[in-house]
Amino acid sequence: MDLKAVIPQKLKEKFPSVEFEVTDYRDELTIKFDKKIVVEICTFLKTDADLEFNWCSDVTAIDWATRKNRFTVVYNIFSIKHNFRLRLKADVDESECSIDTVSSVWKAANWQERETYDMYGIKFNNHPDLRRMYMPEEFEYYPLRKDFPLMGIPGSLPLPKK
Amino acid sequence: MGLESYIKDNGFLTTQLNAIIGWARKNSVWPMPMGISCCAIEMMAVGDPKYDIARFGSEVMRFTPRQCDLMIVAGTVTYKMAPVVRKIYDQMPDPKWVIAMGACTSSGGMYRSYSVVQGIDQFLPVDIYLAGCPPRPDNLLHALMMIQDKIGKTKASQFPNITIEDKGIKLPELNVIQNN
Repeated sequence: MDLKAVIPQKLKEKFPSVEFEVTDYRDELTIKFDKKIVVEICTFLKTDADLEFNWCSDVTAIDWATRKNRFTVVYNIFSIKHNFRLRLKADVDESECSIDTVSSVWKAANWQERETYDMYGIKFNNHPDLRRMYMPEEFEYYPLRKDFPLMGIPGSLPLPKK
Repeated sequence: MGLESYIKDNGFLTTQLNAIIGWARKNSVWPMPMGISCCAIEMMAVGDPKYDIARFGSEVMRFTPRQCDLMIVAGTVTYKMAPVVRKIYDQMPDPKWVIAMGACTSSGGMYRSYSVVQGIDQFLPVDIYLAGCPPRPDNLLHALMMIQDKIGKTKASQFPNITIEDKGIKLPELNVIQNN
């Protein structure tokens, strides 16, 4: 069974009204779709008996800086049964900087979404515990955004007195 | 053998308090191993029989700051870690010394980044900056010998003699349990 052909076909059958952008580059399959249905798609990919993408290996984001849809949230998922990797992408705009959480589908996504929130400032709706992962709680910036200077913003991270 | 052969019955020696206090202090420096990244591996190597920090009287690595007088900051100090390092330093009793071990600790090293403190001297008084990434164990021994030199040459009267009242710290009253 060639999963590369099966996955787009199955998705189109299950979600006929949704537009999917399927790319196959260097033997890696990527599927891009609208952010509103991310939970439905992820639930389907995990629970379908022929696919079983039961491991969420990474959730991260890309900052395109000047593009209209500024961010892209990326999910790298893996089917242990079929030994197959799949990449999901969904665009998020800066004006409405949020996407639904998939931590209800894969528990592993919980901390990965917290990390993405910490570094890019993308909010994950309905997340059970959306706190910063690395930076201090009171930190006001998002370090992996392209407009954040490499050496940080002076005075934003307090040091103890000498 | 050694000193014993010179001491017949009741031997004595004359010295100055400054000299003998400095001599005693410099040969019993107890380090606080503040190992927070890869430099700590070299610091551990200093404790093994090949390099053997026990030759310098400093083999007693204490994991409570209350029993230490030398803090070896071995590793990259992030802004998030800085208050912890400072708190542990504050808990060490006076007099105390600090070795900034390695490039990261001394200057941020290769981590020229928003998250790493560019040199711990921004929030700690440092006595020795130890170069290397990481420094070899013999470099750390050299730093320790330099610290010993510094301790031996400092007169006891030059050490900051700060009492807890000067720092504005009030000790809690002791709760004495009375047995009836």
